[in-house]
Amino acid sequence: MIDEQNINEIELDRFELFERPQHNFALDRRDFLKGFGLGIVFIVPVTRALAQQRGESGRGGFNQSLPNDVGAWIHLDEDGRITVFTGKVEVGQNTRTTLTQSVADELHVPVNSVHLVMGDTDVVPFDMGTFGSRSTPTMAPQLRKAAAAAREMLIAMAAEQMKISPADLRIVDARFVNHDKSKTLTLAEVAKGRKLVKVIPDDIAILQPKDWTIAGTSVTKVDAKDFVTGAHQYTTDIQREGMLYGKVVRPSAFNATLISADTKAAEAMSGVKVVTDGNFVGVASSDQQTATKAATAIVANWKASPQPSNAELFDLLRKPAANARGGGEGGGGTRPQGSIATGLAAADKKLEQTYTVAYIAHAPLEPRAAVAEWNGDKLTVWTGSQRPFGVRSELAEAFHLSEDKVRVVVPDTGSGYGGKHTGECAIEAARLAKSAGKPVKLVWTREEEFTWAYFRPAGVIDVKSGVKNDGTITAWEFHNYNSGPSGIQINYDIPKTDIRYHAADSPLRQGSYRGLAATANHFARESFIDELAHAVNMDALEFRLKNTKDERLRGVLTAAADKFGWGKAKPAANHGFGISCGFEKGGYVATCAEIALEPATSKEDPKNRRVRIVRVVEAFDCGAVVNPMHLKNQIEGSIVQAIGGALFESIEFKDGKILNPKFSSYRVPRFSDLPVIETVLVDRRDIPSAGAGETPIVGLAPAVANAIFNASGVRLRSLPLVPRGLEVKS
Amino acid sequence: MARVTELNVNGKKMTVDVDSTASLLSVLRNDLQLTGSKYGCGEGQCGACTVLLDNQPVRSCITQVARAAAKQVTTIEGLAREGTLHPLQDAFIKADAMQCAYCTSGMLMAAAGLLKKTAKPSRDEIIEGMNGNVCRCGTYQRIIDAIQIASGTQAAGLQPAEGVRTKEASR
Repeated sequence: MIDEQNINEIELDRFELFERPQHNFALDRRDFLKGFGLGIVFIVPVTRALAQQRGESGRGGFNQSLPNDVGAWIHLDEDGRITVFTGKVEVGQNTRTTLTQSVADELHVPVNSVHLVMGDTDVVPFDMGTFGSRSTPTMAPQLRKAAAAAREMLIAMAAEQMKISPADLRIVDARFVNHDKSKTLTLAEVAKGRKLVKVIPDDIAILQPKDWTIAGTSVTKVDAKDFVTGAHQYTTDIQREGMLYGKVVRPSAFNATLISADTKAAEAMSGVKVVTDGNFVGVASSDQQTATKAATAIVANWKASPQPSNAELFDLLRKPAANARGGGEGGGGTRPQGSIATGLAAADKKLEQTYTVAYIAHAPLEPRAAVAEWNGDKLTVWTGSQRPFGVRSELAEAFHLSEDKVRVVVPDTGSGYGGKHTGECAIEAARLAKSAGKPVKLVWTREEEFTWAYFRPAGVIDVKSGVKNDGTITAWEFHNYNSGPSGIQINYDIPKTDIRYHAADSPLRQGSYRGLAATANHFARESFIDELAHAVNMDALEFRLKNTKDERLRGVLTAAADKFGWGKAKPAANHGFGISCGFEKGGYVATCAEIALEPATSKEDPKNRRVRIVRVVEAFDCGAVVNPMHLKNQIEGSIVQAIGGALFESIEFKDGKILNPKFSSYRVPRFSDLPVIETVLVDRRDIPSAGAGETPIVGLAPAVANAIFNASGVRLRSLPLVPRGLEVKS
Repeated sequence: MARVTELNVNGKKMTVDVDSTASLLSVLRNDLQLTGSKYGCGEGQCGACTVLLDNQPVRSCITQVARAAAKQVTTIEGLAREGTLHPLQDAFIKADAMQCAYCTSGMLMAAAGLLKKTAKPSRDEIIEGMNGNVCRCGTYQRIIDAIQIASGTQAAGLQPAEGVRTKEASR
């Protein structure tokens, strides 16, 4: 039921873009237009960039009832309301508001006159998914083009209606006005009575960041009021007529096989429907409490084989994968540049170290949830997912349906962080609904989410390097086992490099996590850079600046260091300072951290000391900033989330079971872990915007590890760094 | 089995017919369609389900409905009065104190409970009072800002305390 191969494909595809033939633009207007009422529809043919993104999919066809090669569409209705249709989804990264800003900017209309329909596979264009920080760099320009072309076409139509020259007409605040404002017309007056489809040219010019008026400003979240009043409906809140509540009986361990299931007691309960199908056992009932009781009453016998535990993890990951896919030697890395041996021979000091990172859980506060409803052979599923079309493919496959018989609707979701790419809960709900003959809601418990979702990959990283006494790095050999190739590249100027990612057989199910392996690779690289600087007695900032000519990297390093006051004062007793920098997905980041060693709290071993992060300064450059307030919020949030993985989060497992599948045993960052956070936005209006939801997460762990060394003289090389506090040498 | 047949929620008497051991959260969400309170963990560890019982914040996921029967229950749906947002709700919007917002109802109710007990909490009192509520998106600083705005310990619209965040470095 769960497609492991597909998980790997998602993880790896993104770093190995391959060209596929572009589809011909063929529009089936009849089916597609049925959904729209009167007004004007503007259609954007897909561009090369988006076609390429689609090509990443190893599977997942197109909705037969929708036009094939359309990137987006915008509908202006008779009341002057603008509706934009996109396959992207909102999971807390604020893309609903930033995309709305981009459209409003081009159309010269207020933000509140634009409404986005997102992630509903029956009405939006195909989209590979919302991940990889792609919405801002690829979807925003698509929507801008659509809006810009719509604006020009509308002006032409209005000019004709007003019997004046289009050159004399502009849109100002959702009205057409001529030069002396003697003649005006509303958008509604132009749309009235029309039923038009306009295919927009792809070569339309869009506003450059320096000319933005609505983008580039701190517009409030468009649905903020619904959020603060509890009115927003997440998947978990959806109710359907006659809806039942589902519950799945989980296997005793990962990879277990069902031997037998005694369902008599459950079936005897009033109104309970029991479903068994292969390895699947579940129930549905008109109330949640009864569903849980019935599931508990089922006696299932599972057969599971012995499986590895944390203790063996890192040895296992060093073994090559049985069937390495995509990654392997050079996967995500590059061809070796020159000879490492020669590079090392030129060095005064040679260093070699190993770093490790643990599996961690996304733990989105809204667990996986789905509401499934069958109408004849047509299946509709509401579910929180970053890949509505991917989930549609999974459902079509699981139930042997063609994709046009499956509709997936993604309400704005209670976060994902890369953890909601798959459709397991949707499939389970649909299976229960099929047998029950009624809609079924299934909400995973926290324990199920911690156990049956997938994890950020664990990994082992070996680094070897040499440095001259003047601080010049001469060689760089870097091997990442299992955690992934993302962010593995360096932007230090090193003549001899050998950088590789090696796929392994992960004992746990693993997949994307905010920033992917960039966190692991930055942790290893930036910790090791600190060790090299220390080896030649150089300041950590000076050492980094000496080894990179990358202007944007130098820019964020200097901005963060200035704000932090790096080099200005020595840390107080038992405090330490650390710095790191990096680049990923078009964003440059530099992080300075101050930590303090304090007496252990109840969460730590009383013999150890608590590491408290006192202050974090992070500078970020992602090109032109679309919404400064929300960008700061994303950076702050990334830093807070990063604290968990850096200091204490770790999935513990043994024999196919997760040993800490609860918030009471898996510690996540809380208010009391919050440092003072200062962000510096380097707003580059001369550079196209990159996505910003991920890269700000990568700098914290190495900056904190380096600060711990600065305070204590102890090098910690495993994430999490101090799950039980910092051991104090007597 | 004992049943609960009446609850007082957001100032209104509501008729239900539920097992007295059912969780208050499931009754609010599934029987009364008050879905603003969220399930996050089921063990009282994340605070997404926080509601007020006689003005005291409780975790409705581990509160049996029987305990709420003779009390005033206030949920997120009852925080705004006659269409006017509660000062905390306004402040959450001003401070952008949310991302996915799944924790927001619980945060608001916990903060409302905190302000009923301590009208002008210090930063440390906010941290202590709110520490049982998890925001996985990590918007804690903004939630603190919002509570300070709402309680008048920080003027609305002002930047947070010196050194908390900086102006942009434009180029």
